[in-house]
Amino acid sequence: MLAFIISRILQALPVMVVVALISFAMFAYVGDPVAIMLGQDFTEAQRQALVASLGLDRPFFVQFAKFIWNAMHGEFGLSYRLSRPVAELIQERAPATLELAFCAALVSLCAGVPMGVYTGLYRNSWLSRFFLTFSLIGVSLPTFLIGILLILVFSVWLGWLPSFGRGDTVQIGWWSTGLLTASGLKALVLPSVTLGLFQLTLIMRLVRAEMLEVLRTDYIKFAKARGLANRAINFGHALKNTLVPVITVAGLQLGGIIAFAIVTETVFQWPGMGLLFIQSVNSADIPVMAAYLMLIALVFVTINLVVDLLYYAVDPRLRVGNAKRGH
Amino acid sequence: MAAITSSLGRMLDSDLFWSFRHSPVTVISAVVALICILGAVLAPLIAPHDPFDVATLNLIDAFKPPAWAAEGDATYPLGSDDQGRDVLSAIMYGARVSLLVGFCAVLFSMVVGVGIGLLAGYAGGAVDGVLMRIADIQLTFPNILIALLVDGIARAALPADVHDRVALFVVIFAIGISAWPQFARTVRGSTLVERNKEYVLAARVIGISQLRIMLTHVLPNVLGPVLVIATLGLSNAIISEATLSYLGAGVPQTQPSLGTLIRIGNDFLFSGEWWIAIFPGLALIAMVLSVNLLGDWLRDALNPRLR
Repeated sequence: MLAFIISRILQALPVMVVVALISFAMFAYVGDPVAIMLGQDFTEAQRQALVASLGLDRPFFVQFAKFIWNAMHGEFGLSYRLSRPVAELIQERAPATLELAFCAALVSLCAGVPMGVYTGLYRNSWLSRFFLTFSLIGVSLPTFLIGILLILVFSVWLGWLPSFGRGDTVQIGWWSTGLLTASGLKALVLPSVTLGLFQLTLIMRLVRAEMLEVLRTDYIKFAKARGLANRAINFGHALKNTLVPVITVAGLQLGGIIAFAIVTETVFQWPGMGLLFIQSVNSADIPVMAAYLMLIALVFVTINLVVDLLYYAVDPRLRVGNAKRGH
Repeated sequence: MAAITSSLGRMLDSDLFWSFRHSPVTVISAVVALICILGAVLAPLIAPHDPFDVATLNLIDAFKPPAWAAEGDATYPLGSDDQGRDVLSAIMYGARVSLLVGFCAVLFSMVVGVGIGLLAGYAGGAVDGVLMRIADIQLTFPNILIALLVDGIARAALPADVHDRVALFVVIFAIGISAWPQFARTVRGSTLVERNKEYVLAARVIGISQLRIMLTHVLPNVLGPVLVIATLGLSNAIISEATLSYLGAGVPQTQPSLGTLIRIGNDFLFSGEWWIAIFPGLALIAMVLSVNLLGDWLRDALNPRLR
C-alpha cells in the first residue's frame, strides 16, 4: 500500500514541476514586470536597483527555486490589474467556486444515478428514450449556451430565478457562503444545473451501461431464483456493483467541473475564481493566471491521486495484480 | 468521363454508402451539415445583407424582431441587432469564421498529433516514453483550459496591435495545440502494431530509409481511425472556438464568429431582444450536433467489429 502511494506521488510530481515551469516562464519571459512596476519616469540606477531587489539578475535556477518556495507559501505577488496580493484575491473568490462545484456535483449525482438506473431497468419505455435523447443533447451543447437558454426561460420569460450573482451571502470567518440564505440558494440553482448537466449525462450513461452489464450476470439470476424482491435485487445487488466505476468517473469529473466553472461563472457573473481567471486572461494579468494555473494543477493532481487510492481500496484485484508483479 | 462514372458507381455500391443510406439520422445530419457549410461558404453571394458594410446599416432598423412576429420586417427574416444588422446574414458570416477556425484547428492538431504519434510509435524507447508522458500530462487538463491559457499568454506576450492582426491564428493555434494528444495516442497505438508487420520489415531489408518507411509505408495504414477523431474533433473545435469567443478571448471583434454573436446578443437577453443571441446559438447547435452525429456514424461504419 505504502509503495503504491509513493509511486503515485512520484508520478504526480513531474506534472507539478512542468506546470510550475510554465507558470514561472510566464512570469519571467512574458511581458516585462520591471517596466510595469517602474511606470513612466525612472533612471537606469533605479531600474538596476529594482531588478536586483526582485532577484531578476540571479541565475535561472535560483529564480525558479525562489518562485517555487514562494508558491508553496502562497506568494504570487501583486495582481497587475487590481494591485492586490494574488493570494488574497483567490482566497476571497474560492468559496464561491467551491460551493458552485459542490452543488453541480450534487446535481449530477442525485439526478444522474437514478436516471441511469431507470434507463437501465426499463430500456424500452418512452421515458428512457426521452432521457437518452436528452443526454445526447446535453453532451453536444456548449456549456455557455445551456446557461443562456436556462436564463432565457427561467429568468427572463418565467422570472422564477435570478440570472446573475450569488444573492445574499453570510460570512463565516473568511468563508462566505450562499447556502444559508434563501436568495443565495435560489441564485445557486441555474449555475449548478448548467455546470452539472454535462456530468449528469455522463454519469447517467455510465450507470445505464453498468446496470445492463450487471443485470446479465449469474448472481442476479440467482437472486431472482431465490425469490428476492425486485427492489432488493435492483438496488441491493445490482446498483451496488455499478458504483465503483461511477465513483471513479465522478471523482475525475470533479476536476472538469472546477475547470468548466470558468465558463459558467462568466455566463452567470458568478464572483468566483473562474471569473477572476477570465478577467486576468483578457487583461494579461500574469500573476493571477500563473497562480490559478498552479492551483488548478494541484487540484487535478490531488483528485487523480485520491481516485487512484480509492480504486486501490475498493477493488481487491488491483492489489493482487500488484503483489504478483512483485511491488 | 468513364473513369469518373465508374468510380462514382463504386462509391454508391460501397458498404459505407449502404450504411449511410440506411440510417435516416445520418442522412438528416449530413443535409444539415451541408446546409451550414454551404450557407457559410457562399455567404458573400447569398446572404441578404452585408453585415460589414456600414453604409447600408440604418439605426432605424435596429432591434427588429423576426419576420413572423407582429412588428417583424420581411427584409430581416431572423430580426436585426442593436445596429440594424441582419441577424441571418451575421450568422452566415459568423459561421464562416467558426468553420474556418474549426477546420484549421483540427488540421493543425491532426498534423501535430499524427506526426508525434507516428514518431513515438515507430521510434519507441525513450522517445516514445517522453512524448507519451507529455500527452498524458496534457490529457489531465480539459482542452478549453489549455486553449484559454495559450490565448492568454499570447495576449500578454504580443503588443495589442500585433495581437489583433494575428488573433485568428492565435485561436487556431490555441485550439489546435489543445487537442493533439487524442490523435497522437491513437496513431501511436496503430503504429506499434504496423511496425512489426512483414511489409515494414521487407522495406527495411531492401534498405529504404527509416523516414521514408514511416511516411510512405506506415502512415497510410494508420490513418483510418484518424478520420473519425478528426470529425468528432471538428465539433469539439467549433465548441472550443465559440466558448473562447463567448468569453471574449477568441477571435477579434472585427471578425465576429457565432460565439462572438452570442456574447453580443447576451446583453440584450434581458430587454426582450432574445433573437440576437438565440438564433446564432441555434445555428451553433445545428452545426455541432450534425457533425457529432456524422462522426458517430463514421465510427460505427468504419469499425468492422460492429458489423
